[in-house]
Amino acid sequence: MSTIDDERKRKIAAQFIAALPYARALGLELVSLAGQVCEMRMPYREDLVGQPETGVIAGGAVSALMDTCCGTAVLIHPEPPSGTATLDLRIDYMRPATPGKDIVARAECYHMAHSVAFVRATAHDGEGDTPVASVAATFTVERRGAR
Amino acid sequence: MKRPEPVQVVKQRRDTALRNLVAGVPYIQFMGIQFERRGDELTAVLPYRDQLIGNPMLPALHGGATASFLEISAVIELSWQMLWEDMESPEKRDPDAIARVPRLPKTIDFTVDYLRAGLPRDAYARARVNRSGRRYASVHVEGWQDNRSRLFAQATGHFLMPTRDAD
Repeated sequence: MSTIDDERKRKIAAQFIAALPYARALGLELVSLAGQVCEMRMPYREDLVGQPETGVIAGGAVSALMDTCCGTAVLIHPEPPSGTATLDLRIDYMRPATPGKDIVARAECYHMAHSVAFVRATAHDGEGDTPVASVAATFTVERRGAR
Repeated sequence: MKRPEPVQVVKQRRDTALRNLVAGVPYIQFMGIQFERRGDELTAVLPYRDQLIGNPMLPALHGGATASFLEISAVIELSWQMLWEDMESPEKRDPDAIARVPRLPKTIDFTVDYLRAGLPRDAYARARVNRSGRRYASVHVEGWQDNRSRLFAQATGHFLMPTRDAD
């Protein structure tokens, strides 16, 4: 199994996000990478609002941020797959995101099996200790030449 | 026996109500999602656009775009059923229900099952409300593209229903 250094990880992650049209459309930005943990920001935007009377960001947009952040955590794992796709993603919305605040997701790929990666994530808006949302997800693991 | 309403009056009422429901949500407009109606049955349509892609190599729809599409389908189906009841049941018929932008249910949790890669073409979804109580609802959504029987994703979610001022 190959391991990769932090600089290479950052490059992979930056390329990964830049290559995803929907991540670009949402304005997602890489915040940090460490080990198998990835942090990603979604700046507040009015066109992403899901509750017009309150200005709260749509759950779907938070899901898309979480999915992208989780996928990146899989790809920067010390034993990275050559490719990955979401198998299953469950999101719990604990409270509405504060209107006007950016949302930062933090995803950890806590187990890399041969064919499946297991990821959990939380999303914060910087207000209080309770996350806006939490995620549990599984991703496919593609191994080069493993077919 | 009362004369039935002219069909154009009925259609206009229902179409206006649906349009008002969908037009008010910025994220639905951002994604370009539309709703087709046959009686009370809704089909959500996600017209293909390049910005919806997640994996440019395949290419495939972004998992987050798929999740958003299915969640919006579920939320609008739930709201539509509430609206339909206010608008169409003879004892409750409320002319203001059409003009009012209804408060949307809040998602508690949402689980997406990705069955195959979303192709770079239009996607469709239909939501089924399995249980709708005064406070909570459970909804299942199916998403497909070319073949109705070959789902590319399905989802189940729980929703907190808005408090209804009329009650």
